[in-house]
Amino acid sequence: MSETTHDATVAVTPPAAPDEGLTARELAAKHGLTVSGARPSLVEYVRQLWDRRHFILAFSRAKLTAQYSQAKLGQLWQVATPLLNAAVYFFIFGLLLEADRGLPREVYIPFLVTGVFVFTFTQSSVMAGVRAISGNLGLVRALHFPRASLPISFALQQLQQLLFSMIVLFAVTIGFGHYPDLSWLLIVPVLVLQFCFNTGLALIMARAGAKTPDLAQLMPFVMRTWMYASGVMFSIPIFLADKPAWIANLLQWNPAAIYMDLMRFALIDDYGAKFLPDHVWAAAGAWAVLFAVGGFVYFWKAEERYGRG
Amino acid sequence: MAEQQQDARVPTVVADDLHIVYRVNGAKTGKGSATAALSRILKRGEERGVRKVHAVRGVSFVAYRGEAIGLIGSNGSGKSTLLRAIAGLLPAEQGKVYTDGQPSLLGVNAALMNDLTGERNVILGGLAMGMSREEIKERYQDIVDFSGINEKGDFITLPMRTYSSGMAARLRFSIAAAKDHDVLMIDEALATGDRKFQKRSEDRIRELRKEAGTVFLVSHNNKSIRDTCNRVLWLERGELRMDGPTDEVLKEYEKFTGK
Repeated sequence: MSETTHDATVAVTPPAAPDEGLTARELAAKHGLTVSGARPSLVEYVRQLWDRRHFILAFSRAKLTAQYSQAKLGQLWQVATPLLNAAVYFFIFGLLLEADRGLPREVYIPFLVTGVFVFTFTQSSVMAGVRAISGNLGLVRALHFPRASLPISFALQQLQQLLFSMIVLFAVTIGFGHYPDLSWLLIVPVLVLQFCFNTGLALIMARAGAKTPDLAQLMPFVMRTWMYASGVMFSIPIFLADKPAWIANLLQWNPAAIYMDLMRFALIDDYGAKFLPDHVWAAAGAWAVLFAVGGFVYFWKAEERYGRG
Repeated sequence: MAEQQQDARVPTVVADDLHIVYRVNGAKTGKGSATAALSRILKRGEERGVRKVHAVRGVSFVAYRGEAIGLIGSNGSGKSTLLRAIAGLLPAEQGKVYTDGQPSLLGVNAALMNDLTGERNVILGGLAMGMSREEIKERYQDIVDFSGINEKGDFITLPMRTYSSGMAARLRFSIAAAKDHDVLMIDEALATGDRKFQKRSEDRIRELRKEAGTVFLVSHNNKSIRDTCNRVLWLERGELRMDGPTDEVLKEYEKFTGK
């Protein structure tokens, strides 16, 4: 260490000997200093985020692994949890409430399981998004990284969780006689679009949850309402056939219903185009782009404030 | 380097009338009943129900390249908050901090997960600090060797929750200290673990300090401040009480604390 700094002034005022007379702003400008913690431009932000892609992926996989690491059955729960979930819904809605009205049993069960898994994907992305910042304040206050890494990472974790559930889903679908064919390839675009939509939603919820942590208490009720309104366990066109058409249209055009229906269309042989609303792919794409872009920009706008909590 | 010897010193951190305010939900004064909370939400205006803690009040200073600056003051005087604000991790309520490059806080604790193996935590922590996968691969063995985790068997492949608190602290420090920083900030009580490891980590901090342009050190240990710093900022109740050469400030501080 050099001893040259010992002649610094003792007073409380900033010791700016050679740059005497400059204000802090001028001094900073003269030596090319920048404001600490300032929000980068949108382009720069995307670049920073891309640089952190390995962290985003590693963080999501770490969270996924850590989830069941204390359980005796370990990672088997990745598959067992969605399976049990589907069994509960089948017991209540399929057997007790007979919500399978209008659909044969071999269509209804894959229909229900697909709906539960696909909706859970969106639901858990939203719930993880709400807590992405507010639940990780320690991390936000300790290290530098684009904060969008967190909600994106959590959405990615849910995608990986869904891929595990897909094993169960394939088994159920094949078990009821719907064998893999070309239409199964549609799963890929559906998943991509739904992932974009979920990520955007998670980003929006992350910013809202950072400002108002109370959302974590409120969201379960919102999500449950959304679930029952999206036809997870019943077919919207069949159940609402005697109601005004606009209600069914409204419900069918909501993003969750669209992604569920597209996935069912891809997997189940007898679930044909007549169950889908018009222009369904355009709608699926529009929701994805709208939320992904809008959510990202909305989140970025508050980037410098997330440490405040 | 030559420039540094001349009197044209290069500033690396400029704090200009910096204020930091924490907002605490649900710790407000007055009635705590649910109806009171509801009426607070309904009555709009000056963020009701939120208590403000003014942790740093109008701090200004200029730090130069090559300086090692100690931050002292009693508990809750705003030292750690000031560090985080310099690092840009806490937004300023008023005033600004200008920095040369990206100052970083030494520490990765928050990014590590107890349920993961030490091995995966090394990678996760490195990525969280912004290292590339290649850099981590390159330094992985150094990190493990430095931590000394594997001295008593193959512990690095076990989950971190199975480590003793000393072992976990050693691994955390080893990961954090693996990266070089331009403006480095060190919060107190980093040198943890047994005597042998303490010595090793102090050496490592000294090394990091040499590589870094400017170092900030928060500590309650006047000896380590005296050993490492050539300038000291003394904070009290969020205000800068004194700023000057280590000996002078520490003398006043010791008088103040009645040592």
